[in-house]
Amino acid sequence: MKPPPFSYHDPRSVDEAVGLLDALDNAKLLAGGQSLMPMLNFRYVLPDHVIDLNRIESLSYLRETNGALELGAMTRQRDIEFSPVVKQHFPILHEAILNVGHRQTRNRGTIGGSLCHLDPSAELVTMAAACDAVVSVAGPKGTREIAFADFPVAFMTSALEPNEILTGIKFPRWRAGHLYGFVEFARRHGDFAIASAAALLELDAKGRIERASLTLGGVAVAPVRMREVEKKLLGETPSEELFRALCEECRKVEAIADVHAPASYRQHLGAVMARRALVAAMNRGISA
Amino acid sequence: MSETRKITVTVNGKTYSEEVQVRYTLADFLRQQLGLTGTHLGCEHGVCGACTILLDGRSARSCLMLAVQADGHEILTVEGIAPSEDKMHPLQEAFRDNHGLQCGFCTPGMLTTLIEFLRDNPDPTEWEVRVAISGNLCRCTGYQGIVAAALDAAQRLKAIKEAPRDDAASL
Repeated sequence: MKPPPFSYHDPRSVDEAVGLLDALDNAKLLAGGQSLMPMLNFRYVLPDHVIDLNRIESLSYLRETNGALELGAMTRQRDIEFSPVVKQHFPILHEAILNVGHRQTRNRGTIGGSLCHLDPSAELVTMAAACDAVVSVAGPKGTREIAFADFPVAFMTSALEPNEILTGIKFPRWRAGHLYGFVEFARRHGDFAIASAAALLELDAKGRIERASLTLGGVAVAPVRMREVEKKLLGETPSEELFRALCEECRKVEAIADVHAPASYRQHLGAVMARRALVAAMNRGISA
Repeated sequence: MSETRKITVTVNGKTYSEEVQVRYTLADFLRQQLGLTGTHLGCEHGVCGACTILLDGRSARSCLMLAVQADGHEILTVEGIAPSEDKMHPLQEAFRDNHGLQCGFCTPGMLTTLIEFLRDNPDPTEWEVRVAISGNLCRCTGYQGIVAAALDAAQRLKAIKEAPRDDAASL
C-alpha cells in the first residue's frame, strides 16, 4: 500500500499555505497525518497536491490568555497531554486526550487535524463541542471565527470553505473547582469510541447545579449537546437518580449506524455514557 | 511522473542525503532506500505499531509519515538501539530473558515504543506498561512476556543508572 503520486508543498507561513490552497486544484492539507496518511496509503483519497502544514511554526502554540486556552491548529496532541496548564485549568481536556489513539499517534497527531477530519467519535471533536470552543480560520479574504457549535455541517464535513485553513482553537475556561467527567466505550483501549460522553458542572454554594454541559460523541453524525438535559439540570442537586432519569432523553438522539453498532445500540450507549459522565463529575465533587 | 526531493536525515547517528519520491512513506524510505529493514511494516495504516521509530526522540509510526517530512530531523530505528555490534541494550536483553518475543515481527516497534516510554517513565506500573504498548499488536506472546520484559528492563536500567559503568552514557 503506497500513497498515490502527488505534488508536495511545504509552505512556511499561513499566507503561503492559503495561497497554495486557493490556487491549486484537488489539494489536501496534511497536518499530523494520523488520518490522512492511512487514507493515502489505502488510496481512499487521490489528491493532486499535498500541502504539508508541519513547517509552519506559527501554527503550533499553547497558551492561556484572558481565561481561555488558545491552541494552534498544529499543536500536537502530545503537547496538550503533557501541558501543566491544561491539566490544572482544563482537566477534562487532559482526561479526554488520554483516550486519543496511542502515544505514537498523539506524538504526531494535531488538534487542528482532528477537528477538521471531524470524525464523530473523535474525543477532541467532542471536547470542542462540550467546551463551547471557537475556531479561527484563515482564507484568501482574511480571517474569521466560527463557534464550534456551527463548525460541523454534515458527517465529517466542516463549515470551512475549500480555500480556508483552520489556524487555531480557543477553549473558554470553566470556573476553578468545576466538576467534570469524560467516559467512552470502545472495543479496545485506543480504538475509536462507539459512544462517549462529556459532562461539565458548576455548583453554587448550596451544592446546586448552576451551569451544565452534556455532550454525546460517536452517537450522531457530529457531537450532540444535550441542551434539554442541561436546562433541566439547572437548580438541581446532583444525584444518580436525577441523572438516570434525565439521561433517558439521550435515547431520542438521531443516531448513526455502522459496522460496529446499530443506531439503537448507540442510543442506548449514549444514555449510559451520559449518566456515567455526570456521575463521574458528581463523584469528583464528593472526593474534593 | 513521480516527484522527488533531496532530503537530509540523521538515522541512528549517521547522516544521509538522499533523493526521495515525495509520496514515499518514511517506512519505505528506511527499508527500501537505506536498507534498514529492521523497521517492520505490518498494516501500513497506523494500527499495528510494528513500524514505530523515534523522530527527534518521540515515537511515531513511520508508515504515517512521508519521508520528506523527516528532512532535517533525527531518527532512531531498532538498528540503533544496541550500544555496540556485540552488545545488546538492557531492554533487548530483558526481552530475550522474559520470552518477550516469539516470531519477532512486532519486536522493533515494541522496543522503540518502550525506549521512549521507559525514558519518560523509568519506574512504571504494570498497567502503565500495558497502556504504553496498547498501540503495538503482538500475535505470539499474549503480551505477558513483553510486559514482564518491560518491567524487568526498567529495573535493569535503574541499576545501571545507580551504578554507572563505562557504557551507561550510551543508553
